[in-house]
Amino acid sequence: MDDMMFLTFLATLVGAAWRLATPLIFASIGEVFSERAGVLNIGLEGTMLVGAFCGFATAFATGSILLGLLAGVGGGMLFGLVFAFFTITIKADQIVVGAALNLLGMGLTAFLFRTYYVSTGKGIEIAQPIHIPWLSDLPFLGEAFFKQNLIVYSTILVAILATLVLYRTSFGLTLRAVGEHPKAVDVAGRNVAGYRYAAVLVGTGLAGLGGAFLTLGHSNQFVEGITSGRGFIALAVVVFARWSPMGAFFVSLLFGLFYALQLMLQAQASIVVPYQLLQALPYIMTIITLVVVRGKGAAPSKLGQPYEMR
Amino acid sequence: MSAKPFLRIDNIRKRFGPIVASDGVSLEIEEGEIHALLGENGAGKSVLMSMICGMVRPDEGEIIYRGQSVRFNSPREAIRQRIGMVHQHFMLVPNLTVAENYILGQGSALKVINDMDKVDAKIRELSDRYALDVRPDAIIEDLSVGEQQRVEILKVLFHGIDLLILDEPTAVLTPQETDRLLALMGDLVKDGKTVVFISHKLDEVMRVSNRISVMRDGRVVHTVNVGETDARGLARMMVGRDVGMELPRSPSAPGPLVLSVDNLTCRGETGLPAVRGVSLDVRAGEIVGIAGVSGNGQTELSLALSGLLPVDTGRVVLNGKDITGLGPARINASGFSHIPEDRHKHGIVMSLSLGENTILQRYDQPPFAARGMLNRRAIGEHTRDLIKRFRIKSRDENQRIGDLSGGNQQKLVVARELARNPDFILVNQLARGIDIGAMEFVMEEMLKQRDSGKAILLISTELEELFAICDRILVMCHGEILGELPPERTRLDELGLLMAGKRADVVQPPLAS
Repeated sequence: MDDMMFLTFLATLVGAAWRLATPLIFASIGEVFSERAGVLNIGLEGTMLVGAFCGFATAFATGSILLGLLAGVGGGMLFGLVFAFFTITIKADQIVVGAALNLLGMGLTAFLFRTYYVSTGKGIEIAQPIHIPWLSDLPFLGEAFFKQNLIVYSTILVAILATLVLYRTSFGLTLRAVGEHPKAVDVAGRNVAGYRYAAVLVGTGLAGLGGAFLTLGHSNQFVEGITSGRGFIALAVVVFARWSPMGAFFVSLLFGLFYALQLMLQAQASIVVPYQLLQALPYIMTIITLVVVRGKGAAPSKLGQPYEMR
Repeated sequence: MSAKPFLRIDNIRKRFGPIVASDGVSLEIEEGEIHALLGENGAGKSVLMSMICGMVRPDEGEIIYRGQSVRFNSPREAIRQRIGMVHQHFMLVPNLTVAENYILGQGSALKVINDMDKVDAKIRELSDRYALDVRPDAIIEDLSVGEQQRVEILKVLFHGIDLLILDEPTAVLTPQETDRLLALMGDLVKDGKTVVFISHKLDEVMRVSNRISVMRDGRVVHTVNVGETDARGLARMMVGRDVGMELPRSPSAPGPLVLSVDNLTCRGETGLPAVRGVSLDVRAGEIVGIAGVSGNGQTELSLALSGLLPVDTGRVVLNGKDITGLGPARINASGFSHIPEDRHKHGIVMSLSLGENTILQRYDQPPFAARGMLNRRAIGEHTRDLIKRFRIKSRDENQRIGDLSGGNQQKLVVARELARNPDFILVNQLARGIDIGAMEFVMEEMLKQRDSGKAILLISTELEELFAICDRILVMCHGEILGELPPERTRLDELGLLMAGKRADVVQPPLAS
């Protein structure tokens, strides 16, 4: 590989990494909100699938990508409402409910897809990269950073907005306190359950958006299990990012890089590693991350624990 | 008594399930006084105050504040009426700053936080006015317990209150910090505020309050002006009978060396050194005490000695045998008994029966087990014998230990450990969470053990407990033993300074108070 080819390879890699990181960015920033409030939602995978399906079905019916995205958010939040009701109101175990919702999400979307769409075989229009005058034409940099669709660009906005909300508003302050010392929040006169509901809805709404991106901004089809473990990887991203939204953004990019790398290496004829091994790369990195970054120091201290009022 | 008291509590009742926490309490607080609420654990002091500050709603009765009947649905409503409470378990979010904790829950949820300068300035002003030494940008988890308490008090002042309620404020403080707090209460009253403080320590109650109300079994049994009674009288009111403040005991006759600890170091939960080069000896027939403010390495020391925490360096020798680094089972088998600080974590299994808890260490030994099967009859006999000897209030040996009161659970732990006939007994907080009656009993039992030639190491944060039964007292601070004192009350100042980390050779003259 000469220098020029390598640079082109690199530019394409970075561009693809951001695109592939996008669903992770949405889902993991959402999960940061949820976990900061003390709610561990391992049902992300199922939630993302619901978002992906709702997004696809709506865009299929209306032809509108925007409506599809909104449906993805809505579907995710509806799923989140079920999770919140069982874990916050009923105070059921968060892991058990999360696992149940994963199964429900997988089964339900597969069932609905097979029933209504599989025979049509038709795809949908997906969000197209937008051409930014001058910037998109830059050599290498253009390919790496300025040939994305709007949904991909919006991840920057979401990360900044999430940081501002979490650290610069009264809502964010209270949310962070709810995951550490809910009783202090209760005594200060705020409704702990209300904040946890809000956090779960923000989290699942963003997870739904991340899922919808898969069908509306990446592939033009819904496929059973299209998320292929991204919900679980997002959970690992949150740990690696030490529960910070900006951290989640950058760690997601890193995982996006692994996805992109395995895709592009598969395309390289000169590399003789079995492609299954390359496909496993993001998942292997997840396991390594969780083993290496196991410090619980930054975890909200009431993560996973229901709050009992007196 | 004036016609219109500042705060009047009228015949309040509160039940939690089958437990009656307030059984028709009536109490009057006058404006500008320091009113102490005295009583044993479980007498209903905290619950009563929680009802005044809106944490708990009463089932029956009335609270009349400034001549009006009030009913608070939340602490926020109470704060709005200028009533604030500092709880025993602090309501501070550990990973936030002081200022962030103060504005928590203030204003609209959608508010953007942009006026921190004003908040900081107000905190500094209040901190200077009452000499509280609180920095607005300090993060709570970096502060000591004493500092956190000042942060809590300032928080209530920050929100603006006329009535301050303090729940067991001195339980976590050194004698010097306690002096400072008591002085602060005086300053607050001078500024026109009213202070109610809950305590079970007679001496400090006598020192600062104007009036004292004694609670027992969910009722106020007496309200007296300070000076109308003495410590002995108050103690009698608390337990409803005469209490011997001094236990009769003979001088100790230390025998051969039983436990010897040499230059022990170990790390705590955070990975930082918690015990730093501790050396001590305990002889047969003596009780050695370790005094100190909690969190100065006592917990880690007792866990390391009993084999529950790895030892970094140093040696522990029991009866001439090196037990350093052995597991708890083998240490126990070497004549070592441990009455732990946290009995729920290290002492008993709440969901098991009394009988099962009694044989936790010996379940595989005869007569309790044979050929891999438990011998129910032997376990039952043994447990019933202990229940009788230690007067443990329980239905029978098959009752779940979690259903017993804390005092009775502790008695079972003590009974079990003594029944194993150890040579050395490690006790951490002998009387934690138990009432005066049970406390006296277990203390007498410890003295009996001493007289029969056992070596005892008693770690405690309660000076009363140490003074009552120890033959010598070591003081621990920041993981080190700073000095040794005889158990004489006259040396309290010196003891306090050692507990605060000042070595004996640099002891200053006692602070004027």
